[in-house]
Formats: sequence, C-alpha cells, structure tokens
Amino acid sequence: MISGVVLYAIAIFLLGISFQKNRSKTKKAIVKARKMMLNLLPDILSIMILVGLSLSILTPSFISAVIGDDSGIVGVILATILGSVALIPSFIVFPLGQTILHNGGGLPQVAVLMSTLMSVGVLTLPVEKKIFGSRFAYARNGAGIVMSLLFAVLVWGVWK
Amino acid sequence: MNGIRKYGFTLMLLLGLLLLTRFNQKVGWQAVELTWSSIQNMLFLLPPILVLVGLLDQWVHKERLMKYMGQKGGQKGILICLLLGGIAAGPLYVAFPIALLLLEKGASIRYIVFFLGVWTTAKLPVVIYEWTSFGLTFTLLHIGFGLLFYYWLGILFEKMYSPHQILSKNKA
Repeated sequence: MISGVVLYAIAIFLLGISFQKNRSKTKKAIVKARKMMLNLLPDILSIMILVGLSLSILTPSFISAVIGDDSGIVGVILATILGSVALIPSFIVFPLGQTILHNGGGLPQVAVLMSTLMSVGVLTLPVEKKIFGSRFAYARNGAGIVMSLLFAVLVWGVWK
Repeated sequence: MNGIRKYGFTLMLLLGLLLLTRFNQKVGWQAVELTWSSIQNMLFLLPPILVLVGLLDQWVHKERLMKYMGQKGGQKGILICLLLGGIAAGPLYVAFPIALLLLEKGASIRYIVFFLGVWTTAKLPVVIYEWTSFGLTFTLLHIGFGLLFYYWLGILFEKMYSPHQILSKNKA
C-alpha cells in the first residue's frame, strides 16, 4: 500500500514536470498508458479472481500434505505443477513457504514451489503471449521450470 | 459485443466464484475477499507504473536507451536491469509492459530476459521476506544461481529470437 502511494506520488510529480515542458507529449503518454491499461484489464481481472481461488483452496496444510519431507521426486514434480499453475502474490510466497515447511513440507520441494510460483505462470501465459508472442512466452516459462528444478537440486545437495 | 468477448473469460471465472460460494460459503467468501484485496493491490501498482511507462516512451530517446541496453550495452545494461528489476514492486504482469517498452526502444533481448529474471528472483522487497523466512544461505544461493541462470538464458535467447519478430507479433 505504501509503495503504491509512493508510486502514485512519483507518477503525478513527473506528469506535472512533463506537462510544464511539453503538453502534447504528456497527453500522448497518458493516452498510451490508458490504452495499455484497457488492453491488460480483462486478463488482469481474470488473474485476480484466480489468485483469490488459489489462495483460498490451497491452504498451507493441504500443500504440506502433498509435498511432505519424504515425498521425494514425486513431491518435486507436484510442487512444480502446483507452483506453475497457482498464482500467489510474491510477498506472500516466502512466508507461505515457511509455514509449509513448519507443517512438514520438504525443503527442496518447498524451494521448487516458491521458485516456480515467482517465475512461471501458466495462468498468466495469455497475457505474456499477447505481449511477446507465444514462442518467447513458452520458452521463458519453460526456462523458469528448468531453473527452479536446478535450484531444488542445489538445495538438496547443500542441505542433505 | 466486443466487450463481452474481451471479458468472456473473466465473467466465466466470476460465475465459478459465485458457484463456489453457493456450495461452500466459507471458502467462497474467502476467495471473494482475497480477489478484492488483490484488485485493490493492482489498482495501487498498475496505473502509476503504466503512466511512468508512457512518460518514458515520450521522453527517453531510442538512441540513448540503445547506448545503455542495446547490443553494446555491456555492464551498464546489466546494472540498469538490476536496478529496474530489483527495486520493482509487484507481480510479473507489471513487468511485461515495461519489458515491451524497453524492447521497442531498442534494448537487446539479452537485457529483456535478464530484467524479467531479476524481477522473478531478486526483487528487493521480496528478498527481505525470503531472508527472514529462510535465512541468508538459502537466499544467497537462490539469488546467485537465479541471476547467473537468467544472464546465461538472455545470451541464449538473443541467439534464438529477434526483437523484430517479437514486436511484430505484439498487437497490444
């Protein structure tokens, strides 16, 4: 919330300076911002509803049961799928990971879950495809999964 | 008509949300509340960021941006990615329009991929949560490995994709 207020203040301040220097440029900037907002809005509202559903259905105890300490490779795969599909705001990801760990989740599995939650978004793919084209979007998400799995292997190596 | 098509998926999800609430009031209401709070969060972040993107578009010349983030950007480009992605607030979908603008202004794919990588692994506000929840070793391992990985991925993607190819596909 605070960062939002700061962002609004910065945006308004810079808009003011821009307006003093060049009105037509400022107007074009606002038109572009509005256009982007209207383009993104339908997808983003869908994303918001999916976030609500993810967070209310995927409780920490449910996740811990699926990716427990002895869940092994299967747990890693389930964590990858869960993390790629679910949408959870990034500032909740790590506190949630900690709770899952305390409820009996395994560290490599939790690591892969958090990493995919942050970098892979199956549900945000439609937005990403619209912006970068589908080849790039699929490749970036695929790379995110690879990165998360390698990270889990690293965590496994360091803590076992 | 167009509006209904654009918002079709959203309306479907809304219907799903209503059905869930009908069958399980507790979980359903929780989902509604969480959805509402993430919409509020989105309204705090997205509009000012898009205004900043719009201003950047008008005031930063292509030549200047290319000097820092173009083919020959070097360390300056990396530094800018770290700054932009590191101080960032908000989910990944906020990063997409920023990345697109950088691409339009002539930034090379290498930096676009690295910027998105920094955004997904090393956002400063999130790093603080990671540190307090999982300790320093875990955090350093995650960030160090992530940054190396995405730097390398950027070099790889630069060979696989051309900016024109991506920009021509984008209709937003």
